[in-house]
Amino acid sequence: MQARAFTAQQIACRRGDRILFAGLDLQLEAGGALHLVGPNGTGKTSLLRVLAGLLPPAAPCQIEWQGSLAYLDGRIALDEHLPLAEALRFWAALDKSPPPPLERLGLTRLADIPVRYLSTGQRKRAGLARLIGQQAEHWLLDEPLNGLDAEGTALVEALIAERRAAGGVVVVASHQPIALPGAQVIDLRNFPPPRRGGAGGEGSASDFRTAEPPPQPPTGEGL
Amino acid sequence: MSTFLTLLRRDLARLFSGGRGGALLPVLFFLAVAMLYPFAVGPDGPLLAKTGGGVLWVAALLAAILPLDRLIEPDLELGMFDQWALRGISEEGVVAVRVLAHWLSFGPPLMLAAVPASALVGIDGGKLATVEWGLLAGTPGLAALGVLVASITAGLRGGAALGGFLVMLLAVPLLIFGAGSLSTGGEAGLALTAAVSLVLLAITPFAGAAAIQSERG
Repeated sequence: MQARAFTAQQIACRRGDRILFAGLDLQLEAGGALHLVGPNGTGKTSLLRVLAGLLPPAAPCQIEWQGSLAYLDGRIALDEHLPLAEALRFWAALDKSPPPPLERLGLTRLADIPVRYLSTGQRKRAGLARLIGQQAEHWLLDEPLNGLDAEGTALVEALIAERRAAGGVVVVASHQPIALPGAQVIDLRNFPPPRRGGAGGEGSASDFRTAEPPPQPPTGEGL
Repeated sequence: MSTFLTLLRRDLARLFSGGRGGALLPVLFFLAVAMLYPFAVGPDGPLLAKTGGGVLWVAALLAAILPLDRLIEPDLELGMFDQWALRGISEEGVVAVRVLAHWLSFGPPLMLAAVPASALVGIDGGKLATVEWGLLAGTPGLAALGVLVASITAGLRGGAALGGFLVMLLAVPLLIFGAGSLSTGGEAGLALTAAVSLVLLAITPFAGAAAIQSERG
């Protein structure tokens, strides 16, 4: 059938002393989508960052992407004092890609406005513009609907659908409902750390350490 | 190559014009110290000429501290380092480019400003040349030190104040050799200043990148 676009095996993630989840296996075909759900603090963002290679996993694991990655979270990575179009131009120059379609994102009127004057929803749209401009194969989106109105939500859903139709994989962490037809839904609470103690449902680091020697996070190669 | 130029252009634009006086403020600060010093010491020509070089060095060191909190922290907050990492642009490379941009934003301007500043503290031709050579040898080290300390203190509360303090302490070798070359008039001081600078320039990209990677997680 379709080509395997992404595989990851035995992902575990640690924040501070706490193991958030462990033993997570993921596989997605080209055009697939993954929706991470669950309450705050379950490790959705951490998982996204591990998948993006930005955060070392708690134990060595294999994460393989076929193609380039783009990542969007609450920080839009655009220079605050620059006009929006100019801030986006920096990334276009770095990615050697044409400037993103501002009109589609409803940002045409804001092109000359410094980024720091944008509203929450407008900032999100600006972040989406940077994401699209990167022209990466796969997208990792952390709460992409935060601060967006209904129209913006529909726009994000349409953009995701287009990316998937073009063969990209989209991983979305969102506690808000988002239309992702045919997406795998994963609740990280279903992947508790091994040998958790008591009824708490939270694995403490000491439990984990008795289970195996402290894993050495690999240094991020190529980062 | 084009990635290097794109990064350098952004860094220079940020450091030269990015609010709070940009690159002008360190220069004005440097000149202000040179102007105040004769007022404080009094119109004693030989004394001024004897001590003025050291004052210029301290002023240069303090001027280099001014942009410290703008060097790394804003980019960390904006998530720029995440985006660079995704594109395979290493922190080491980003930090090295930033050292170059930081130096360009205050090193050459201070060397220019050292000419009028020397006149203010009564330093004449031959000694002025030693000051200029010393600044040329020492300011790259100050730039590297500034970026290194900014990387380490980024994300700490009150990091800017702590960073300024750390730079002052760690810049002591540069100051000893740089200002020392004035009193001995020898090339040995200049060579040692350059040596300290080179060590700092060699260490900074790797140490700074390691600090940023740990803060990014």
